[in-house]
Amino acid sequence: MKLFVNNREIEVPASAMQKRIVEFLREDLDLTGTKNACDIGACGACTILVNDEPLRICVKLVKDFAGARILTIEGLAAPDGTLHPLQQAFLDCGAIQCGYCTPGMVLTAHAFLLKNPRPTRDQIRQAIFKNLCRCTGYQQIIDAIEKAAPHYQREERGLQAASASEKAETQKSSNDSELAGVEAG
Amino acid sequence: MSKPETKCWRNDAYAKVTGKAKFTDDLKFVNALHAAPAYSDFVHARILSIDTSAAEKVSGVIRVLTAKDVPGVNRFGQIIRDYRIFADDKIRYHGDVVAVIVAETREIAISAAQLVKVNAEPLPAVLDPEAAMLPDAPLVHENHGSNIVNTHVVRRGNVDNGFKQADFVIEEMFRTQTIEHAYMETEAAICVTRSTDGVIEVYGSMQHPFSTRRFVAACLGVALSEIEVIGTPMGGGFGGKDDTAAIVCARTALAAKLLGRPVKMVYRRDWSMRESYKRHPYRVAYKMGVTKAGRITAVQCRIVADGGAYCSVTPWVTWRSTVQCCGPYVVENVHCDTFGVYTNNVVAGAMRGFGSPQMNFVIEQVVEMAAVKVGISGIEFRRRNMVRQGSVTITGQKLDGHKVAMEQVLDAVLKEIDYEKKLGWCSHGKTSTTPQGLGVRQPSAAVEREPAFESGGGPPQSKTLSRELEQDELYGMGVAMSYRGVSLGAEGVDFCSAIINAQADGSIFLETGIHENGQGSESAMLLICAEELGVDLNRIRYRRSSTSSIPDSGTTVASRGTIMGGGAVTLAARELKKKIAEAFCEKLHCAADEVRFKDNFIWGKATRMECGDMSPLSSTRHVASFQSADMSTHSKISFAEAMRQMWAMQKFPFALGVFRAPRVSWDEHTGQGDAYFTWVYGCQAVELTVNKRTGKVRLLNAVAAHDVGRAVNPEMVRGQIYGGMAMSAGYALHEEVKAPGGKMTTLNLNTYRLPRSMDLPEMKVIIVENPDPVSPTGAKSIGEPANEILAPAIANAIFNATGVRHFSLPIKLGAMPEATACEEGCK
Ligand code: FES
Ligand code: FES
Repeated sequence: MKLFVNNREIEVPASAMQKRIVEFLREDLDLTGTKNACDIGACGACTILVNDEPLRICVKLVKDFAGARILTIEGLAAPDGTLHPLQQAFLDCGAIQCGYCTPGMVLTAHAFLLKNPRPTRDQIRQAIFKNLCRCTGYQQIIDAIEKAAPHYQREERGLQAASASEKAETQKSSNDSELAGVEAG
Repeated sequence: MSKPETKCWRNDAYAKVTGKAKFTDDLKFVNALHAAPAYSDFVHARILSIDTSAAEKVSGVIRVLTAKDVPGVNRFGQIIRDYRIFADDKIRYHGDVVAVIVAETREIAISAAQLVKVNAEPLPAVLDPEAAMLPDAPLVHENHGSNIVNTHVVRRGNVDNGFKQADFVIEEMFRTQTIEHAYMETEAAICVTRSTDGVIEVYGSMQHPFSTRRFVAACLGVALSEIEVIGTPMGGGFGGKDDTAAIVCARTALAAKLLGRPVKMVYRRDWSMRESYKRHPYRVAYKMGVTKAGRITAVQCRIVADGGAYCSVTPWVTWRSTVQCCGPYVVENVHCDTFGVYTNNVVAGAMRGFGSPQMNFVIEQVVEMAAVKVGISGIEFRRRNMVRQGSVTITGQKLDGHKVAMEQVLDAVLKEIDYEKKLGWCSHGKTSTTPQGLGVRQPSAAVEREPAFESGGGPPQSKTLSRELEQDELYGMGVAMSYRGVSLGAEGVDFCSAIINAQADGSIFLETGIHENGQGSESAMLLICAEELGVDLNRIRYRRSSTSSIPDSGTTVASRGTIMGGGAVTLAARELKKKIAEAFCEKLHCAADEVRFKDNFIWGKATRMECGDMSPLSSTRHVASFQSADMSTHSKISFAEAMRQMWAMQKFPFALGVFRAPRVSWDEHTGQGDAYFTWVYGCQAVELTVNKRTGKVRLLNAVAAHDVGRAVNPEMVRGQIYGGMAMSAGYALHEEVKAPGGKMTTLNLNTYRLPRSMDLPEMKVIIVENPDPVSPTGAKSIGEPANEILAPAIANAIFNATGVRHFSLPIKLGAMPEATACEEGCK
């Protein structure tokens, strides 16, 4: 079985299939940015993107993710370490305190802005509803997401110009995956 | 000083936003074992035996530890040594740990933990703190002689005379609930024996490395120097990662020591909920006398705090409640009796606010009730009684030496929220259910708000937000305010150290005894250091703290991080500057005290900072040629060059700064004294609606103004206030630890209801700055003041919406009676 994690193809050993995916990412791939704060799907700290959809993975197993395209927090910044504009907005707006909710929060916001690059503040509030933060009261997180939105508006325009065939390709690979049983976020 | 480029600056933000920050559970050691705690199902019982044999037989289990395995002391505590590392003689609450399983994997440890059997004789459980105080109550700690942990009093004036002078008396009983800190990261520890010298390194999620070191060393029976607690990024604390977190470290360290392998123990959420200490539930009987003129003549109160099974810091928490039992009001006659009580409930200890959220919920409602009796507004009543410059507090402390900013923050909030106008909008007392001046929204309009607000670009105007009511909604606005003694006060020893160690190339290490809890204390310390030394921020590196490299500076609680740590950093920087000035003043043609530090240079008198960039030497050519030039002809020197030369002169650019809190005093018998060396002032207001049919509360808008002395990192100060208000909203409306029969049922984040984004309103923060002379940086504190007044503001707003007072937390609203009659005059 294969996984695509942060643009890297991962061959999953059979022995890992029954593992929880959060442990596989954290232990086997050393991607410890993904947190586990409740273990029951209640807090959003373990949110990653699976084929661009936010998903809380603490209760999921590796075998549920065959062929899936996974983005963890480690994969969002550019390879040279330059922050993604959304990450930069989190820094600029003071949206980070203890930082434990941050990976899940950033990825949830990223998926949301990809779909809705012109959100109202209320829509942002709704988008992060499933992610708990005990430190910030969400205010500066919402500020940050709002601040990053124009970047996604530009991206959107760029994407529209992109080749249609590339899109069809992406569509195909996500259809191939066995994610039928995995519901989003 | 070089201002950070971005709006907000934090030294740890990059690592946190990219997932690179390594929290305790993210650390890995080769060959590590995993540990898990075992509980019993008793609430109060005498232990006869603990059978670990079945657990030991599980394949992969290396060892099962119990009290018998503790080589040092099994009982610890910051005040009374009653907290067991492992339950020994008795089970005192449902979260008592009887054993720890150490195994090759976490899963094995967890499954084996179920197999530990406790044979015990059940004892009657004392779950009601009032009942626990009765003479024949079963004792939680027999050797303590009673269930009363501690008492505090305030005796001021003569309350009998005070009540005689009163025209009205308000008397009410209040109750608050048990609250979980709910830091997103649970307790965790990894301990490893250093092979070179046998020192046990402790990495863990705890907010007091030094107290952890004391717990660990005592448990293992070794010297403090044999334990090194290393600062590790922490996923939230809020006061909650002291005793329990330290005990988790102690158990883990014990396993590491006995087994000679690294051991990791990461708490599952349900263990954390079940075992970790909580915010005290309070019962407060409160009586206030007031005159027709709206003056408070007397306050009598009786405070009972349920401290649960162990003492923890109950005496200190209840002391603050006692000192602040009348809120920011001048009262001549006060009689307060406070009791901290042992029960078989979950342990209660420090939590953000530390005894003030409970009292403010009481006081800030009582003053509004008094105002109704007198027939004036709550604000006017507050103005007639609140502390002002030179006022004397109920403990006899004269408030001077700093700006008493009570009225300033109150006025700031009233103006921002447009109080006068909105008071008229409140539903209570209106015959029509539609407040005048407010439009009614049709239910079909769903949750979307007005376009003016949706277009974004800054916080929404409260004026727009509150104009929309859905059908069946009642509108209310409420205010609450407080003052708060800064730092520990007469609760404890209060001093802090910082070390600045400049290197020969001009780079700098900074280290303080203040712990990064997630609040951004390291960043604040760095900003203070850079400003004081006149160098760029990127020159200074915060040195990861370790208990082996800096003196014990006490715990990072009581909102003391910035004032104490920042004070120490300032003093260290001044000490360093003195050393540098003495080394270079001759070359700079001036006296040592005329040397200035600015823009990465050290300046002599002629080009001192007042001359700014007009300095004759500021051309690039001069600066460039400066390094090799004969200094006697120049009157500035770059910081880096100065450090190089100090090294050559064999002078260390190293300084230790120690900031000691100014003197405080306390007489335990009369409850009089200068309780705190300075005070902060805060006010918050909230607008909300209550749905008449469902009782659902919708928060529309919240405003806060706090005097922080000086805001070192303003965006972080705002973050503290937003977060504090959110927590306080949870306190008011949602959060409650439930434990019928002493067994907790709210064991995870699905049943323990934290505020989510949709529960909270847009918030507006006003930072008021009155630099405090006793603070070397001028800064005071904000972590806790932000967290102690939104709950009563919400209670007051609910009253102004519905006409119903709520005396217990969390506030539970059902369907409203048809008409909300106004019996005693409104607001
Ligand atoms: S860890 Fe809380 S939702 Fe997964
Ligand atoms: S920043 Fe601490 S939980 Fe969100």
